[in-house]
Amino acid sequence: MDTDTLALPRTHYLNAEFGLASWLLTTDHKRIGLLFLGSISMFFVLGGIFAGMIRLELLTPPGDLVSDDTYNKLFTMHGIVMIFMFLIPSIPSVMGNFFVPIMIGARDLAFPRLNLLSWYIFMIGGCFTLYAIVTGGVDTGWTFYTPFSTMASTSNVMAAAVGIFIMGFSSILTGLNFIVTIHTMRAPGMTWFRMPLFLWAMYATSLINVLGTPVLAITIVSVALERAFHLGIFDPAYGGDPLLFQHLFWFYSHPAVYIMILPSMGIVSELIAAFSRKNIFGYTFVAFSSLAIAVFGFLVWGHHMFVAGMSVYGAMIFSVLSFLVAVPSAVKVFNWTATLYKGSVSYQTPMLYALGFIGLFTIGGLTGLFLASLGIDVHVTDTYFVVAHFHYIMVGGALMGYLGGLHYWWPKMTGRMYPDLWGRVAAVVTFLGFNLTFFPQFILGYLGMPRRYHAYPPEFQALNVLSTAGASVMGIGYLMPAIYLFWSLKYGPIAGPNPWGAKGLEWTTPSPPPTFNFDETPVVTEPAYAYDTVEKKLA
Amino acid sequence: MPKHESSSALVPDENAAPASDPALRHHFDDLAQQHEAATLGMWLFLATEVMFFGGLFSAYMIYRVWYPGTWGDASRTLDITLGTVNTIVLITSSLTMALAVHAAATNERRKVMSFLVVTMVLGVAFLGIKSFEYYQKFAEHHVPGLDFRFEGQAPERANLFFSLYFAMTGLHALHMIIGLGILSVILYMAWRGRFTEAWHTPVEISGLYWHFVDIIWIFLFPLLYLVDRHR
Amino acid sequence: MNQQAHAASHVIVPRSMYFTIFAALIVLTGLTTFVAFFDLGLANPIVALSIAVLKASLVVLFFMHMKYSSRLTWIIGGAAVFWLGILLVLILSDYAMRGWGG
Repeated sequence: MDTDTLALPRTHYLNAEFGLASWLLTTDHKRIGLLFLGSISMFFVLGGIFAGMIRLELLTPPGDLVSDDTYNKLFTMHGIVMIFMFLIPSIPSVMGNFFVPIMIGARDLAFPRLNLLSWYIFMIGGCFTLYAIVTGGVDTGWTFYTPFSTMASTSNVMAAAVGIFIMGFSSILTGLNFIVTIHTMRAPGMTWFRMPLFLWAMYATSLINVLGTPVLAITIVSVALERAFHLGIFDPAYGGDPLLFQHLFWFYSHPAVYIMILPSMGIVSELIAAFSRKNIFGYTFVAFSSLAIAVFGFLVWGHHMFVAGMSVYGAMIFSVLSFLVAVPSAVKVFNWTATLYKGSVSYQTPMLYALGFIGLFTIGGLTGLFLASLGIDVHVTDTYFVVAHFHYIMVGGALMGYLGGLHYWWPKMTGRMYPDLWGRVAAVVTFLGFNLTFFPQFILGYLGMPRRYHAYPPEFQALNVLSTAGASVMGIGYLMPAIYLFWSLKYGPIAGPNPWGAKGLEWTTPSPPPTFNFDETPVVTEPAYAYDTVEKKLA
Repeated sequence: MPKHESSSALVPDENAAPASDPALRHHFDDLAQQHEAATLGMWLFLATEVMFFGGLFSAYMIYRVWYPGTWGDASRTLDITLGTVNTIVLITSSLTMALAVHAAATNERRKVMSFLVVTMVLGVAFLGIKSFEYYQKFAEHHVPGLDFRFEGQAPERANLFFSLYFAMTGLHALHMIIGLGILSVILYMAWRGRFTEAWHTPVEISGLYWHFVDIIWIFLFPLLYLVDRHR
Repeated sequence: MNQQAHAASHVIVPRSMYFTIFAALIVLTGLTTFVAFFDLGLANPIVALSIAVLKASLVVLFFMHMKYSSRLTWIIGGAAVFWLGILLVLILSDYAMRGWGG
């Protein structure tokens, strides 16, 4: 930068401007990423509190801590907050916003003002949902199934529905921004097949956001209208069909699972390459498997409705199609494993999260195959088996990837290192706590304990106590990063541009990056994970 | 593929090449890249809109096949003359919009403005006719939720038809109103002379949006007005 | 500057083309209304929708310049139609096999 200020601290995106307005009116994708980080962290804490109360209630068989009504609201709001306000925005809006432009060597996203708008839209939608929660909560389950949500429920369905509708536009705009940015703003030499796999994952995620979210938006509007004006679209009394709601809802909400897991898969690809110092085995396959998951993900929604009354033949078609998604998912897992083979693996904090991801995602994915099989699904529908399955995907998978990415890129985002020992302890504690919480639920489900009840027969208590104990351990595992990451902001050692010795454009620019990301537009001359060339040069 | 000849625009305020167009935003290399991004963004947004309307279209499809008789009965109460006239009004507005974009590309500012005004007048005319149809439906008690009455078989299913009628045309009208808002901004920008031969992308992408709203109506017209007309 | 001007502006088609397309759209509108008054049985909705698809294609190709656009634009348009197809076909497949009105 300026030669006469060499003695002074470097100017970067964090200290380029000060004051509240410089944050609330920023169009810098990095600052917007941090705005999202702050917002979704608050929502994560909120969702976590609901989860804690659910687990506390389930500590003992009778429904003694909260009433049945309150319990219904607890699991509904846990679902709404964690899915729509934390998991779906999490990686795209924090790390995607921050790193998509940097990783392709651009100065910003294609539409910076639209990007800021998407944060405001998210916050406005969040306010509606918070309003619904503060004024008594919602009791429909996060799925808003009709006719309960349109006719019977007396809770704040309207406010929550409007909130989710509004937040949907935030993910549409973010997705649109990423697709356009990746298409038009890559640096010279950054060809599609030199892009880091995180970007392929973000691209595939954005595809789902852009094509799936609008269907949820119109569906949730229909629910609100149906509640207000009795349109009859989902009401049998008018010749409408409640199952149509489920079709439209799951058309988005099944692919939404891939909105949560694909970005994590992208991060894991980065971490596996960086910490085993190898090119990702079968780069092209991993890249295309992201797109395949995005496409196949739209063909399988019916497996959420096997017992809802859809046609048997329809159910069979959806059951068979569901197995399709397993193929690209398995491609990823096998290729990561092959990358690890003969790599010089180092077990630093981000890598522990990545390894945790692979293990937990594999269990979650395989149990998903159980549920995709028509015969088994009928047996375990609406039991804790399902609960355990999707928590293995969404918490064991998506959240582990999120934390891994946060630890990997934290030095880049803040310029500071956190204590790696504490990081590793937190990763292990999270992993153990997670398994202690959710593995017993597989057994509970298989024994027949139904989900969404606040009381249960005494013979299930032992496993439920284990689960609640695990949840406490997991809570500690999440609390630790919150503490040492904050600590590192002030006391952490200076990170330097590339603390991991990793490849990728984001590591070629100073930490934290300057306002326009690079002092000079980078020119890319090698593939994404050219670790072999580093080793050769060293040797 | 993006082109990156002018890397000098890295820090826009100090180092930007003095020759660069005032319409060029700091994070793009040149106007071609900026144009490509904006156009691509609009097309993607329209894909989003297809899926947004797609939810209602699938509801329509299911119940249309499910209740063909009621659908015909209810559809025949719509005013086909007004529907056809409105279709023609909207198609004409699409023509004038296309001509406005053409005038922008050939840098004829006055023509851009007059074609935009004609487009907006036609848009308002469409909404006027639509409101009159809504008023008729209100007078005939065909508005679901507002003292709905329907003479004929299965009035509650006719209620379903009119729910979808109002949802689909209402959502379409909302898009028209937003379109009128966008065109007002574009008209103002044209009046202030913001567009050049090199940079008139805003006119083009607003045109894309306007044509898209036209396309939605092109499907709504036969689906809502032309069911079982021959009976 | 001049290079930029060329790069950023689009293909300029003769104005007469817009009027030709407009005439075709008006004729098709008249046709679809006219045909609706004849009992063609099952063919009625098929004809109506085919004409609508034709009209929409004319608007997309010529008014919206897709005919002169990049391959990427075609892919986005195709993706929108394809995804709408997934939605409609898979939902329809359930209802068709449930027995209508069941």
